[in-house]
Amino acid sequence: MKYYDKLIFELSKEGRKGYSLPVNRFPAAPELPLQLRRAASPRLPEVSEPEVVRHYNNLSQMNFGVDTGFYPLGSCTMKYNPKINEEVAALPGFAGLHPLMPAHLTQGACKVYEQMNKALSEITGMHTFTFDPCAGAHGELTGLMLMRTYHMNRGDQGRTKVIVPDSAHGTNPASAAVCGLEVVEVKSLENGRIDVEALKSLLDQSVAGIMMTNPNTLGLFETQILEIAQLVHGVGGLLYYDGANMNPMLGVVRPGDMGFDIMHLNLHKTFSTPHGGGGPGSGPVGMTEEVAKGLPQIKVSGFHGNFGVILRAYAYILSIGRQHLREVGQYSVLSANYIKECLKDVYKLPIADVCKHEFVFDGLVNDGAHDDIPGATTLDVAKRLLDYGYHAPTIYFPLLFHQALMIEPTETESKETIDAFIAVMRLIAQEAAQDPMLLHNAPHNAPISRPDETAAARNPILKY
Amino acid sequence: MPHPYLPHTQADIQAMLEKIGVKTLDDLYADVPQACRKKGAYALPDAMSEQEIRDCFAALDAMNARLKVFVGQGAYDHYTPSVIPYLTQRSEFITAYTPYQCEISQGTLRYIFEYQSLICELTGLDVANASMYDGPTAAAEAVMMCTECVRKRNRVLLSATLLPHVLQVIQTYAKFHGVDITVVPAQDGQSSLGAIRAELSKEDVAGVVVPSLNRYGIVEDLTGFADTIHTAKALLVQYCDPSALAVVKTPGEWGADIAVGDGQPLGLPLCYGGPYVGFMAVKKDYMRKMPGRIVGQTADKEGRRAFVLTLQAREQHIKREKATSNICSNESLMALWVIIYLSLMGPEGLAEVNRISADGAHYLHDELLKTGKFQEVFPGKPFLKEFVLKPLEEAIALQHRLEAAGFFAALPTPEGYVSFCVTEKRSKEEIDQLVAAVKEG
Repeated sequence: MKYYDKLIFELSKEGRKGYSLPVNRFPAAPELPLQLRRAASPRLPEVSEPEVVRHYNNLSQMNFGVDTGFYPLGSCTMKYNPKINEEVAALPGFAGLHPLMPAHLTQGACKVYEQMNKALSEITGMHTFTFDPCAGAHGELTGLMLMRTYHMNRGDQGRTKVIVPDSAHGTNPASAAVCGLEVVEVKSLENGRIDVEALKSLLDQSVAGIMMTNPNTLGLFETQILEIAQLVHGVGGLLYYDGANMNPMLGVVRPGDMGFDIMHLNLHKTFSTPHGGGGPGSGPVGMTEEVAKGLPQIKVSGFHGNFGVILRAYAYILSIGRQHLREVGQYSVLSANYIKECLKDVYKLPIADVCKHEFVFDGLVNDGAHDDIPGATTLDVAKRLLDYGYHAPTIYFPLLFHQALMIEPTETESKETIDAFIAVMRLIAQEAAQDPMLLHNAPHNAPISRPDETAAARNPILKY
Repeated sequence: MPHPYLPHTQADIQAMLEKIGVKTLDDLYADVPQACRKKGAYALPDAMSEQEIRDCFAALDAMNARLKVFVGQGAYDHYTPSVIPYLTQRSEFITAYTPYQCEISQGTLRYIFEYQSLICELTGLDVANASMYDGPTAAAEAVMMCTECVRKRNRVLLSATLLPHVLQVIQTYAKFHGVDITVVPAQDGQSSLGAIRAELSKEDVAGVVVPSLNRYGIVEDLTGFADTIHTAKALLVQYCDPSALAVVKTPGEWGADIAVGDGQPLGLPLCYGGPYVGFMAVKKDYMRKMPGRIVGQTADKEGRRAFVLTLQAREQHIKREKATSNICSNESLMALWVIIYLSLMGPEGLAEVNRISADGAHYLHDELLKTGKFQEVFPGKPFLKEFVLKPLEEAIALQHRLEAAGFFAALPTPEGYVSFCVTEKRSKEEIDQLVAAVKEG
């Protein structure tokens, strides 16, 4: 990767253009009244087509994607994004469909929704799905709206609380707050699982439900899930499943069979659609038949959700089919455990259990701290990985550990790739022990070195 | 048989299991209670080869009607330069995630910074975020933001002239978030300052949402709105078509505090409603109350210009339930789509898009009136690419008649009108054919 310093505005020159439009053959419409017109044209760049192409190509080369290299970003399931998915999503009959066209004109699209609904319901053990949510957090919010609607429709007005484990994704409590629910945190035990005794003490008629990730964000299966489901249902609450960690469960366990009533899937995680630099995603929400009665009462996005993403996910499901579904889940778990076993002597492993698709280290065993030189942190390890051509794992999450380093390899990485990563992680551990400054100053060969983030927040420059 | 996306061989699997110290893949799930495991096979389709997938989608694709689109109502059939899909398909853009590791994400961070800059330029406001899911959800976030910015006030007014789906999404969010909503009736096809003033007098209103171009296609005259609303200590939120902002008075010029809308008219394909991209821009005072990611400029250790995610203390991964929003993934790639579109079109191109669309729409409007099959609803009201008429025949029958002739046009509205839209993609010949089809009925 090489540093490229231009912004599109700096390529602009009066008199250049990058478009061609048909000759206007219409009589001129009346001018807008002066008080409705903007005073001056917007200062948009004036650039030719080849300059635009080269500029964005240059920008792309300062970026790291799954197609560039290994991207073990925990909880994000950065699996390979199949190219056939892109091909089918661009078909003209789909791309040209207006969202307000009635169903008799959009039978192909309707069939995709119907087939996807069937497939996802089967994979998860849910009754039905809505595809309106555009991302995982949007799905959480939608699911919680459905949870509240379920209680309200039963005349059960007093359920104002939602229980969220301390290990939960930040979106869980945030979605609950947006949905007007009070967040009650339940602690994790030493072994990383929900403290069921503590949970019992929180359960009463004021609880709308609980939000859980299973496996949780430590990559650990909540072994008491059936008991938890019984307890929550026992006080009239519902169970929400955050599907961010669904990948290892494919072909083995279904949220519906664990007792969950509502859930979302991240199609951009489990179902291989590209993350797009932070979207577009898709967060379809599955639910039981009872909960589905509330669906007509909510509308959470403009039209039918991110149809283009749903098309890609459907192509993935057709490729994987019933024959390979289980392999996806199992191989993701195999790879994660293999990495964990190969590195646990040099990185602190707080919980030694068999993990699912991901696991969490708590910093280095030997961080190299000596005299006045502070030891290498998780941030330092992450930055050093960039030098070796890897994306860093998720860092400082979950919040249960101070030096969390969360690794999720996914099933689409070969053993050779994983072994090379392990070798580099061991090398970095060695470097840390000998010369932590080398890590403090990393990255050394990325397009930029560590930027001053404090200055960015203190004196925000947010536009050109 | 191995699958092309799954590289592990049987030998790899054996070696890895040995290292882990278990015998089989199933052993890795030993902690999962038998009672909740899936019994029996999954009822899913058989795995398809790539050619079979291609054939399957070609068949699905062929089941969709291919009509000339003469409807807008929040989704506009504007032209997409071929450069955009080409560039947005670059692996380094599309297969990256949120730019958490800024040193190897400068491509994403730079285009978001460019995007924020141009959203500010179009809206005339100070600060824009990195994107929202779509226009309606951006509007819903703006409504919740109003109640955060204006203390102890919990009611927001929505103009009845907002697009129907925008009203519905805001109402859904507001119901659960606990914001009281009042839909203020329109007057003569536009937001009513008188009706808004009457509501403001109750001194409980945190914000007022009005459209720039409304559900009838009318360009709203907001003279006096900002003063009235600000005097009542509430915020003015404007819902805008960003393409039209190249020519119409901007939220900044009207005195709005927050501008939101959908970026779809900036060259995004219709794609049955998504992915689109919501945008939000605000006055500087409200920067720290904004939802979503924000990219800022700074320098690296060598003093080189660098870009980072900033003001993150607002966000869910830091603040959890106290965050300004729950949004995490947004529509980054569609923001790239928008910035490339705006770069190619430039000020002259965007003005030209508006001119051709408005000229075509007025031509269609006048030709339709000449058929004698419609009444004007809002005579003399200024519009650009979209307008409504009252059909003398049953609206739905007219729509179906035009479908049969190859047009998606004359969309019936809840008021009993039909809505038309013309973009620069519609030729004069197509419009003449549409008018001929109207006459034939």
